[in-house]
Formats: sequence, structure tokens, C-alpha cells
Amino acid sequence: MSDRRSVVIEREFAHPPERLWRALTQPHLIAEWLMANDFVPAVGHQFKLRGDWGGVLDCEVLEVEPLRTLSYTWNFAHDDPAYALESVVTFTLTPTAAGTHLRMEQAGFGASQKAAYGGAHAGWKKFLDQLDQVAGNND
Amino acid sequence: MMPLGADMLFKTLADPTRRALFERLCREGEQTVGALTARAGVSQPAVSKHLGVLREAGLVVDRQAGRQTHYTAQPGALAPLIDWTGQMAGFWERKFDDLEDLLRRMDQ
Repeated sequence: MSDRRSVVIEREFAHPPERLWRALTQPHLIAEWLMANDFVPAVGHQFKLRGDWGGVLDCEVLEVEPLRTLSYTWNFAHDDPAYALESVVTFTLTPTAAGTHLRMEQAGFGASQKAAYGGAHAGWKKFLDQLDQVAGNND
Repeated sequence: MMPLGADMLFKTLADPTRRALFERLCREGEQTVGALTARAGVSQPAVSKHLGVLREAGLVVDRQAGRQTHYTAQPGALAPLIDWTGQMAGFWERKFDDLEDLLRRMDQ
């Protein structure tokens, strides 16, 4: 068994790769679907993703192949190694008849899995709290 | 937060020797401590200690037969880990929902 695990999400979008690529690489667009950021599509560029919950992810661009591949580190620093996360997120675009197939792989979760607690889990808790509030307000 | 049981499960499986013992019991079925030790690369007392930790976490059960203790894997105990992976996937599914919404609004 490998010591590292991945989460893979794939989806078909009814939009051409050009449009999807812009959403993946333009900071103001990234902010709309992912998180606030200072992204620049240049290999070696270091940037941060800031989650609504206050968590900050340290990232570095690893690969930029326009309209095809975008890869960056997705790290969450924490004094306790059990909570720290070091992972790599890779987006792969494939044109299809209907638009674009997008594959996201987040690789690098430790075998204990607990590593990802850092950013994402805090995020889910916040999301669920907000959902709870929204649901409550709709009564 | 995750239930305490999940924390214990992840800690238990974080040890590579222990994980290897669990994997072997999953793949090969019930085995004695002696049989597990023969291929574990660590001493019998160490194997017994690891098996004790696995049992505490609910990952294996033991059965006494004469002088031998037989261990069996409980793959169902992995459920919190599978749930966790599902939650991680859920994070990205939700982000992709937002991305889809954004793509529809772009250039309008």
C-alpha cells in the first residue's frame, strides 16, 4: 500500500477549455469559485489561498500547460505534524464534444489521513455551520 | 470534529508495521500470532503488541484455540476512514459546483 493517497474528482463542463482555463487561472475568477488568492500562472510563483474560515493555504505553482494542465502545491502549515498538510493539486483539462472534461487530483494525504484536518476539515465545519444557519433562517 | 473513534483508527493505521499486519489479515484471512510473526520482520512480542493496538481500535478480533491465538480482520471498522475520504471529495464537489456556476455567468 502506498503511503500517500489522493482524492480525485472529475466533471464534464459544457464550456470550451479556453473558458475553463480562465476560471482556473485568473485571480478574480478563482476567488469566485475557490478562495481569495494572489495567483499568477507562472511556474515557481508562490501564492496563498485564503479560506472563508480563516485558514490560509501555502501554494506554489508547479506546472502550467495552457488549456491542458495546471498544478500547484496545497500546503497547510501546522506545528503539530498530525495536522499539517502537504499536498499537490493537479487540474487536467481534456476537450470533449460537449465541452471540457476536468479532472482534479489532490495527492499527498498521509496514510493516517489525519493530515488533512488542517485546512479542509475546519472548512467543512464552517460550511456546515453556515448551512445550518441558512437552513434555520429559512423557516 | 471527527469522533474520537476515528482519531484512534487513523493513529492505529499510521504505523506501517501495524498497517501491514492488518492488510495481511484482510487479504489472507484468519492467522495465528506465530504465522504473522514469521513474515512481520519484527519480534513476536512486538507483533503481539501491535495486534493488541489493532484490537483496541476494533480493527481485529482474536479467538483463543488451545495455546494459539488466532486473529481476524474487521474491515467494517474502516468505515470512518472511508467517510473521511468522502468528505474530502465533498469539498471539491462543492467547489466544482461553484465553478460550474461561475462558468455559466462568465461573458454574460
